[in-house]
This record gives sequence, C-alpha cells and structure tokens, in this order.
Amino acid sequence: MDVSKIKSQFPIFSKKIHGKQLVYLDSSNSSQKPLSVINRLNVFYKNEFSNIGRSIHSLAVNATNKFEETRISVKNFINAKFKEEIIFTKNATEAINLVATTFGQQNIKEGDEIIVTELEHHSNYVPWHFLRESKKAIIKFAPINEDGDIVIEKLQKLITDKTKIIAITHLSNVTGTIVPIKEIVEIARKKNIPVLVDGCQSAPHIKIDVLDLDCDFYAFSAHKVYGPTGVGILYSKKKWLEKLPPYMGGGAMISEVKKDKITYAPLPEKYEAGTMSTAEVIAFNESIKFVESIGMNNVMKHEKEITNYALENLKKINSVKIIGNPKNKAGVISFTVKGVHPHDIATILDEDGVAIRAGHHCCQIFHEKMNLSATARASIGVYNTRDDIDILCKAIENCRKIFDLK
Amino acid sequence: MDLKELYQDIILEHGKSPRNLGKCEGYNHDAKGYNPLCGDKVHIYLKLDAKKKVESLTFEGEGCAISLASASIMTELVKGKSFKETKEIMNAFLNMIKNNYELQSKHLDDDQKTKLMSLSGVKQFPMRVKCATLSWHTLVSALKGKKKEVNTEETDR
Repeated sequence: MDVSKIKSQFPIFSKKIHGKQLVYLDSSNSSQKPLSVINRLNVFYKNEFSNIGRSIHSLAVNATNKFEETRISVKNFINAKFKEEIIFTKNATEAINLVATTFGQQNIKEGDEIIVTELEHHSNYVPWHFLRESKKAIIKFAPINEDGDIVIEKLQKLITDKTKIIAITHLSNVTGTIVPIKEIVEIARKKNIPVLVDGCQSAPHIKIDVLDLDCDFYAFSAHKVYGPTGVGILYSKKKWLEKLPPYMGGGAMISEVKKDKITYAPLPEKYEAGTMSTAEVIAFNESIKFVESIGMNNVMKHEKEITNYALENLKKINSVKIIGNPKNKAGVISFTVKGVHPHDIATILDEDGVAIRAGHHCCQIFHEKMNLSATARASIGVYNTRDDIDILCKAIENCRKIFDLK
Repeated sequence: MDLKELYQDIILEHGKSPRNLGKCEGYNHDAKGYNPLCGDKVHIYLKLDAKKKVESLTFEGEGCAISLASASIMTELVKGKSFKETKEIMNAFLNMIKNNYELQSKHLDDDQKTKLMSLSGVKQFPMRVKCATLSWHTLVSALKGKKKEVNTEETDR
C-alpha cells in the first residue's frame, strides 16, 4: 500500500497550519475526507439534487436509488444479511439513543439491569442513564484492569436474571483496546441477552462482520470512516427492528395516517422519519469505496505498523506515559507528559501543525478509574505516516523544552 | 500566534509552583468551579474580614499551566481588596483577554498589572480563554456566597 498516494487524495493535507505541514492525529475524533467524497457532495448538489422518497420526478427517483445504493454498500461493508437492517440516523449517538429509547420502552422495567463497561464513550452510557431515570433501571459497569482490558470473568459475574441488555464498545477511543465482542456475545447468548456494540472506532479501522460477531445492534458514524458529517448508521437484527416501536414520528415513517389510527412504514423507513441527510448518505458511498479500494486488511496492517512505530518512539521520550496496555491495541494512543498538562501539550503541538486531542475524550468514567483528569491523545488514520510520528515526537520534545523539563 | 507570549516565564513559574495552594485557615466563603470542556477543577477558599475585605485567599485545583498560573496570580492580587474592587479587577482582566482591551485598573499597582498582563497572550488562543477565567468566576461566586458550582460553559458564552 502506497501511503503517499492515499494521502494525496485528501485535499486538506496540502493546507498549512501555522505555516507547517498538517500532521493530523485526531482521526478517532473525526477523519479527514478524500476528494471523491467532497466531489460527490458537490456533484449531487449541483446536478442531482432532490429529496428522496415520495416524488415521482426523475431527480427524486435517481436520488432515492443512489441513497439506497449506499444502504447496500453499508450492508456489504459490515456483512449484514439484509439491507433493511441498515438504518440511517443523524450520527452514532442517535443510533444508540434510538435503541436505548425503543428497547427501553418495550423491555425495561424497574429494577432491570443494563451492563455497560468502564471503557464506554458518554454516548454509550448517557442514553442508558435516561432509562435509569425514567424506568428506575440499574446500570452496572463491567470493570477494566490497569491495562485497559475488560475483565471478561468480571463482566460475566455481573449478569443476572434481570440483565436485559449489554452495551459495549468494540474499540476504546482512549486506550485503543479492541474488545473481544464475539466472546462477550457468546456469553450473552447463553442467557438470551441482546448485545449492542458501539462500533464508532472499529468501523474505520478493523474488518467488521456483524454476522460473525452475532451482535444484535451495531452503531457507527460515517464521519469517522472518511465520510461526511450528519450520518450515523444503526445495524440491527431484523427481528428487533420489526418488534421495537418507532423512534421518531413524522413523514416517511408512516404507512397510513387516519384521525384515529396510524400505521407505520415497513423497514427501513419505519426508523427514518423526516428528510434525511440525503447528500451526505449518497456521498458516504464514496467513503466506503475509498476504504474498499485500499482493502481493510491493508488498512489494518498499515495502521498497526504506524501504531507500533508511534508507541516505540513515544516510549523513548522521557516522562511520556502511555495510558493502558491492552492485549489487542488499535491506533489510539492516549498519553501524559510529566510536568505538562494535556491542554498545554495540545496548544504547543498545534503550533507545530500537529492536531491531537486533549481532555477526557468523552470518557470521564475511564479517566476517573485511572485517576486522571485529562490525557493527550494521538489517533491514527489510514493517511498517517512514520514522518507524522517523527513530527509528533519532536513537537512533544518542544513541549518539554518550553516547560524546561530535564 | 506566538507560544512565547502565551507561555511567559512568569506563567510557567506560577504554573509549576502555584502560590496560596490549599485551604486557608478560618475561611468563611468557598466555591467550586469546573470547566467541562477539559475537566479543569478549582476550589476557592476565602476569608473575609469584618470590613468584608479579602483577608486570605487560597485555592485547590488541577489544570493546565494557564489555569494554575491564573489562579495563583489572582490569589496574590486580590488580597486586601473589597468585593467591588475584586469585580473591577476581574472585569479589567476579562476585557483584556476576551476583548483585547488594554489592562486598566486603579486598584492595582504597576507591578501587579505587569503580573496580570502576563496572561494577555491567552487572547490569541480562544480555546484557552476559559482556562484563565475559571478561577476568577469561581472567586466571584465565592464572594457572592453562591452554592452552585461555577461552570465555564455558562460563564463564558
């Protein structure tokens, strides 16, 4: 795989930040966009724009077809069985809220238990917290160890007859831990407990096969997979989408509306009320094509190499501490530098054109567990190179110089 | 933008060894502040004398160099000041880092002004303004005897 060729497909990398070459290490937050995706948005708005769905005119027919083409691409991308199992939402957060709300409405009552983990992003905890408030459900946290791995035996012990759902991340946005979802689903299956997987960090970086994982729900966002903002994807086994109540009411999600009765549209429209992010969904097809043109195995191999190179070199810098040491780690590296607060690191790195993230990365539970108020995070995308890592390391040395650290 | 302007020696020095850290003896006011964007926390302890002037002022907290230095410098400048004087100094400070005004205050001497002006580099870094303002908003909250935690998302809109 030729990284320079890949990088050249991203117009943003020709832009300078404070006169320096951009080193983008914030892909866990959101990825940059290849030209094909940007152009697709442009062309759709210029030559093809129409809303999808009900209109008969040819622009609408074309837009609807293109929209549905993305659905099929997504289905293939994550190896789902039916295209009706792919629901487009505003973002992954909405996808998880959709499940928490509708599943909760139907299946959660007072005293029922929901298992999440200490690795979760707030978006896979707060929606479940709403059920704690509205239904008096109980939320249990599967603990992690020092390395940032979920302790499966401890998770298993949390399961009781009252456990109604397990909601778990596939890949931690702080430690890069790749969670053994298959193993957890097997445990849950024995007790007939559905599993929701937060796939925001895994979908762009590892091969996803929802049939193999056998999870009930899998949520991710397009903007982290080199796609536009405004698009989330919920995969759900058909049996759930058929059984659960609708989430939002409005146009497109109905079948027949009477003064005394409303029937709902079949899947997937049942869950896609109102005008969707039409152009963005259509352009997302180009993102999938982009990733598939490289091949997920190549993506994984490349990112693993860059991650290992980064870890090796960061460890050489005095006073850098890498947070977590999971058994199976992807390209998300959170770290601290002794004597320099993560926010100061981020500001100083930015001056060198290096974009990282600093803070709690929407994972306050994790940071509290690890007794950290904030960390700096460098996260890797398919366009990152060894050069990027060298510049990162040099910029960290510069922090140490500014703060006069020995 | 210039990092040297942001990270002046005086800021680095206060950030490394903040003054007036801890709980002051006999404090009669205190307030907590929180910056949800970055997780910075500060707890201000304040002792007002019979004339309602700041007799002692200390803080506990965790945060970046800017937020620690700002809190540390603040505790030095506000000692002996009344509520009104403190608010005036804070407004002058906020005007300097948010609106690019020259620092003007009749309640500070030249040395004190120089100290406070060391934080003026923050104005070039909009994402860091809240780091510098957290302790000041929390101090005002303590002076007012407010119970609710200060949240920079509400104070610096």
